[in-house]
Amino acid sequence: MSAPKQRTRQARDNINWLWEWANPVKFMWFSGLVLPYLVGLTALVMATGMIWGFFFTPEAENFGSSVKILFVHVPSAFMAISAWFMMVVASVIWLIRRHHVSALAAKAAAPVGTVFTLIALATGALWGQPMWGTWWVWDPRLTVFLILFLFYLGYMALWAAIEDPDTAADLTAVLAIVGSVFAILSRYAVNFWNQGLHQGASLSLDAEENVSNDYWFPLLLVMVGFFLFFVTMIFIRTRAEIRLRRVHALELRERMADA
Amino acid sequence: MLELGKYADAILWSWGITLGLLLLLIVLTWVQSRAAKRKHDEIEARRKAGEAMK
Repeated sequence: MSAPKQRTRQARDNINWLWEWANPVKFMWFSGLVLPYLVGLTALVMATGMIWGFFFTPEAENFGSSVKILFVHVPSAFMAISAWFMMVVASVIWLIRRHHVSALAAKAAAPVGTVFTLIALATGALWGQPMWGTWWVWDPRLTVFLILFLFYLGYMALWAAIEDPDTAADLTAVLAIVGSVFAILSRYAVNFWNQGLHQGASLSLDAEENVSNDYWFPLLLVMVGFFLFFVTMIFIRTRAEIRLRRVHALELRERMADA
Repeated sequence: MLELGKYADAILWSWGITLGLLLLLIVLTWVQSRAAKRKHDEIEARRKAGEAMK
């Protein structure tokens, strides 16, 4: 075999190794193995970050003690957007490769993302009232986040409305791709939309834009905690979805045998 | 005791809503997961019993 062909085959084998994890049996085995450790790690990181952020951070010059809202508002907003991106990636894998686990993982992520979006909107309103003097303003950055929340609701409604699971997975995948426009706008709007009341990004790879170290470290810890929480929830919820899919298939088989 | 000053209401409501919603999500996920496992175990047991009868 020629060298280029060998390299192509090697690359294909590498990718095939990755796709093996889309096997429901392998996913159930792996997730069942890591879940107890993941739950423990999530609880530890979240508790440490949140206790640090709430009890052991000083008042900020501009925000006073209200800066403590940062530790729930920023991580939830970050995860609301990240959850949608995860759904988009899983949906694209479903559309291209037809792996059921990826479609079910996207379905499992939607309620978790909805909760994060709701937390970001609620804590944003609660923070906005004393800072801006209003609960809500039709600022472009707030508005795209509200639209993202509506997309989450629409996504879950679409799954619930369609009986055939493969058709539901196809249509919700398209919706996830369309909604990614608002996820991207929500993520980058704080950088390029200067009008409105919302401040710029609190965390950035560019150190000059970051909040002070007093807040940065606990904030980073809470964000890691929220991310681990998301992964834990996805594992548990995807496992439940796989089981329900199996139940659905076996019920159909029983009905066909009875007929 | 932690002094939250004039922003105490906003801070406590924000943290309360966050923890409440996360807890609600955990409980819902747990209940749905248990229900799915129970249904799955029942139908698998029925299938295995049916195969044993054959």
